[in-house]
Amino acid sequence: MKKELIKYAVFALCILLAPLAFSGNYLMNVLVFVGIHTMLAVALNLLLGYAGQISLGHAAFFGLGAYGSGILSATYEWNPWLAMAVVALVVGGLAFAIGFPILKLKGHYLAMATLGMGIIVYIVFNEWVAITGGPSGFSAIPNLELGPLVFDSDLKNYYLVWTFVLGCVLLSVNLANSRIGRAFRAIHDAEVAARVMGVNARLLKVQVFALSAMICAIAGSLYAHVMTFVAPPSFGFNISVELLTMVVIGGLGSIYGSFLGALLLTLLPEFLRFMHDYDIVFYGGLLMVMTIFMPGGLVHGIPELFRKITGLKNKKGGAHA
Amino acid sequence: MLELKGISQIFGGVTALNDVSFSIHADQVTGVIGPNGAGKTTLFNIVTGIYQQTSGQVIFEGSDISGIPVERLAAKGMVRTFQNIELFGQMTVLENVMVGLHSKSKSGLFACSFKAPWAIKEERRIREEAHEWLRFTGIDQLAHVQASNLPFGKGRMLEIARAMACKPRLILMDEPAAGLNSQETVGLAELIRKIRDLGVTVVLVEHDMELVMDICDRIVVLNLGQKLAEGTPREIQDNPEVIAAYLGDDE
Repeated sequence: MKKELIKYAVFALCILLAPLAFSGNYLMNVLVFVGIHTMLAVALNLLLGYAGQISLGHAAFFGLGAYGSGILSATYEWNPWLAMAVVALVVGGLAFAIGFPILKLKGHYLAMATLGMGIIVYIVFNEWVAITGGPSGFSAIPNLELGPLVFDSDLKNYYLVWTFVLGCVLLSVNLANSRIGRAFRAIHDAEVAARVMGVNARLLKVQVFALSAMICAIAGSLYAHVMTFVAPPSFGFNISVELLTMVVIGGLGSIYGSFLGALLLTLLPEFLRFMHDYDIVFYGGLLMVMTIFMPGGLVHGIPELFRKITGLKNKKGGAHA
Repeated sequence: MLELKGISQIFGGVTALNDVSFSIHADQVTGVIGPNGAGKTTLFNIVTGIYQQTSGQVIFEGSDISGIPVERLAAKGMVRTFQNIELFGQMTVLENVMVGLHSKSKSGLFACSFKAPWAIKEERRIREEAHEWLRFTGIDQLAHVQASNLPFGKGRMLEIARAMACKPRLILMDEPAAGLNSQETVGLAELIRKIRDLGVTVVLVEHDMELVMDICDRIVVLNLGQKLAEGTPREIQDNPEVIAAYLGDDE
């Protein structure tokens, strides 16, 4: 447990000090997105990496959070913090209700059901023009405020978003190393045996689904208040797939892996800009190579790579490692 | 302790079990034996709530448990092991046993996320008790090995440790000696006696006759989905019907 604490402290310190090393509004803005994606990836990882239940519709919860916060705080002039909390609870409740029927499904069927859910929500964003603004989006969402502090610059937003991310990571790490986290993994590995041990698999699956949806909704609220504008394409099917990719590339069943996955997949397109139209080819190719050579994800792949490199050096020196 | 009343199971027109009734006495080791296809595993799956029987009742400590969801049985004091060991492969040996303590702990999702003081205390207790069960089964030195990397025999021990962590009053073992070498089987017999001495009732389905005759206080014989005989090992060995069922009838 000490080890977990140290790992977390190092992670938190890096996050807090990062703005000193990197500067510029553009980069800060990108890092804000890394934060939002980390939250989403951690949420999906709890469901997929720990409990072993797939979702191809997680962008829907992200979108519901964003639109919910946006509409309540702009159209109905609610306090944004209150809106965020209410939306998170409502989305969590909604996921809980949907979860009971659809989490009875397994594997491909569950993928289809969650895919359907994602598409329905996307259509609502697009078509319910009177409330959501339809395809042209929803604008004039207020920034979050904390007393005299208005979160309106990239640096302020960086600290706003990453405070939430650090909280989310801490709670997720705690959960993962608890009896509930072990029960999730037990369901993943051998569901019948887990049930024989008294694990209420059905209820726990629905609980983790709801929790995951709630985290996504909070990430969505943050996104809405940071961007002050939301539009349907940010919550479509391709976003759900991108989240899935982050989780898998980062490492299934690793909270910090989700951060690495979110970091890589958010930064990579920015670094590949110079390739113009070929960036997508390189991006796709890199993902293929990584899944082949790092099947455990970045979180296992990087240390292994490091060991191999240092191991080679040792061999050259004739020493035994 | 456990009473089966007129259990029948029909799978799409095939009668796997036909009106089977017998009872298991507390604090004994009872063996359920029978030739392949006798319906032993089916019976096990019915008792442990994995299958729903076509008709009949399962009475455990005076209450009817037919149709109760699997996950509720652990809290009631009944647990089982599997023929093809079902471990949580991606978890460590210790964590596997810690899952066994799930029904004996109750911190919820939020208490665990926020590390509530009682959740921390409970976690410590779970860890200590899990180590005790690993020592009980003699695999404590493997506590931090990933379960999928265990050799089969150790995996079997782990499955028993995990089941014992539920603190059952009744443990059902589906062919615990399957896949074990003779030395491991001796160890298993010793372990089963130790479990019985803790006051836990043991029921096992088993093919290894030597083991069954050695450790069972009572034996129930199934053949072709029906109960053929029950009694002490001596009585069963001398029962002509049992011999006929196993070796074929001369007449």
